[in-house]
Amino acid sequence: MAELTRADVAHLAALARIELSDHELETMVGELGIILESVATVQNAPIADVEPMSHPMPLVNVTRPDVRRPSLTAQQALAGAPEQDQQRFSVPRILEQD
Amino acid sequence: MSRPTTEATLPFEVALASYDPVLGLEVHVELGTQTKMFCGCAAVFGGEPNAQVCPVCLGLPGALPVVNEKAVESAIRIGLALDCQIASWCRFARKNYFYPDMPKNFQTSQYDEPIAFGGHLDVELEDGSTYRVEIERAHMEEDTGKSSHVGGATGRIHGATHSLVDYNRAGIPLIEIVTKPMTGAGERAPEIARAYVATLRDLLKALGVSDVKMEQGSMRCDVNLSLMPKGSTTFGTRTETKNVNSLRSVERAVRYEVGRQAAILAAGGTITQETRHWHEDTGVTTSGREKSDADDYRYFPEPDLVPVAPSAEYVEALRATLPEPPAARRRRLQAQWGYSDLEMRDVVNAALVDLIEQTVGAGASAAGARKWWSGEIARRANDAGSDVPTLAASIGVGPAEVVELESLVTGGRLNDSMARAVWEGVLAGEGTPTVVADARGLQLVQDSGALEAAVDRVIEANPEVAQKIRDGKAQAAGALIGQVMKELKGQADAAAARELILAKLA
Repeated sequence: MAELTRADVAHLAALARIELSDHELETMVGELGIILESVATVQNAPIADVEPMSHPMPLVNVTRPDVRRPSLTAQQALAGAPEQDQQRFSVPRILEQD
Repeated sequence: MSRPTTEATLPFEVALASYDPVLGLEVHVELGTQTKMFCGCAAVFGGEPNAQVCPVCLGLPGALPVVNEKAVESAIRIGLALDCQIASWCRFARKNYFYPDMPKNFQTSQYDEPIAFGGHLDVELEDGSTYRVEIERAHMEEDTGKSSHVGGATGRIHGATHSLVDYNRAGIPLIEIVTKPMTGAGERAPEIARAYVATLRDLLKALGVSDVKMEQGSMRCDVNLSLMPKGSTTFGTRTETKNVNSLRSVERAVRYEVGRQAAILAAGGTITQETRHWHEDTGVTTSGREKSDADDYRYFPEPDLVPVAPSAEYVEALRATLPEPPAARRRRLQAQWGYSDLEMRDVVNAALVDLIEQTVGAGASAAGARKWWSGEIARRANDAGSDVPTLAASIGVGPAEVVELESLVTGGRLNDSMARAVWEGVLAGEGTPTVVADARGLQLVQDSGALEAAVDRVIEANPEVAQKIRDGKAQAAGALIGQVMKELKGQADAAAARELILAKLA
């Protein structure tokens, strides 16, 4: 398996919206590398005769008819929102300032 | 904060002298199902914010999605109408990303196993030629919530302090239809892009799977475009312009991106692979975020939904429900109605095909149906920013009124200009054609004595014109017919008056 690079970690951090200092980045390259190595042992499992599986049950076509069911009220839906405004979920700004 | 700056562009023709555009279109269609893709919330546009949501579409812990069978049916029918193969087994996948428009933190989509793949759609162009658009895939997914950005200029995301999200739309079934890269389009690229979207819209409408209203967002188009030097076969770096939401904008966006990318390449620059925003008002695109790689979305099979495995029998049963393709139907109706190409095109562009078909079916002549539906009412619809079928429905006028009006003309009660006056009254809500004609006292003079007396008076009053007609200038009769009309307050039968004048002056 290819070695984890500093650039890989920086990219992952950006995707996860985690800000890492240079020092943390350095540390993470080493630590994540060790974790990946450990996990990589699964690749030694004898799977030549095993079909890939995403679902444990051999079920297909579980559907429901196109019939309406009651929704929550807006009040119920917003009950757990940390912030709300105009009956909408209020979220922090989405893009960084240009 | 910086405002998006206008970038340099090369004129379209100059750009095409050096580069070949490669086009790819992604069209998202909201299905017209009663309920959402994975839950029983109503799938309708608008409504009170966050009142069409439930634990499933809000992604609350423990909620489990179940696939809407009608959405699968629609997806398969769309695939079949595009001559795609239908997967005998496919799964949903989670597309993970950080953006609050999906409360689950992922969108349930399909990734490497679309329900339909490998089709095509033939697109007729203005010059009568056909361009075949190859379809890569059509897959099922769900729509996202609607964000409004607060604190920035004109609701734009740039400069916003926070955003407000309404999840009513989150989870509405979407089908995404993706073309293969289209090459060889050259200067026709903008026209082909537009014609493809228009043809697809007609097809989806005929299938009855969506209301395909681009202005309301139930059909949306993303335009992928790259340039390669003329003669090259290696694609350049592409940009993806998001949410180009009218046919005209599709054409303009392609044209703009060709010019913008050409200016960069011609100056020795390189194209950044990115998402771009289309600005309807200024007709330009501006840089959005850098395009993520598919890896960045960490797609993986959705564990909460079991695979979809349509049987061959089911697929064939759905194939039998496909409507006549719109292009074939138009050709058939044009031949049946005897319209010229230009007449048919106008009728199609004015969305009158269905209405005329119904009107002819109700007993009107094809010429009459076209005449009445594309005259006064079309002007009114245009003024109101609507279309004829919508306007006609709102004022309660339909095929029956046209049939009745036409029978008043063929039955000899009204002449053409009287019929126009009656039609105006009908459109103004004054009643049926007969009611309007009665109320306005419109009735051709049936009394031959009155007509003859008027003709005699007019001949007497215009001896010089009368002499010309006696000398063989039959076209001079027009002036006398006009006078007769005036005498009888417009209620004379012009043909009868003409006949009488010529007989008297033979």
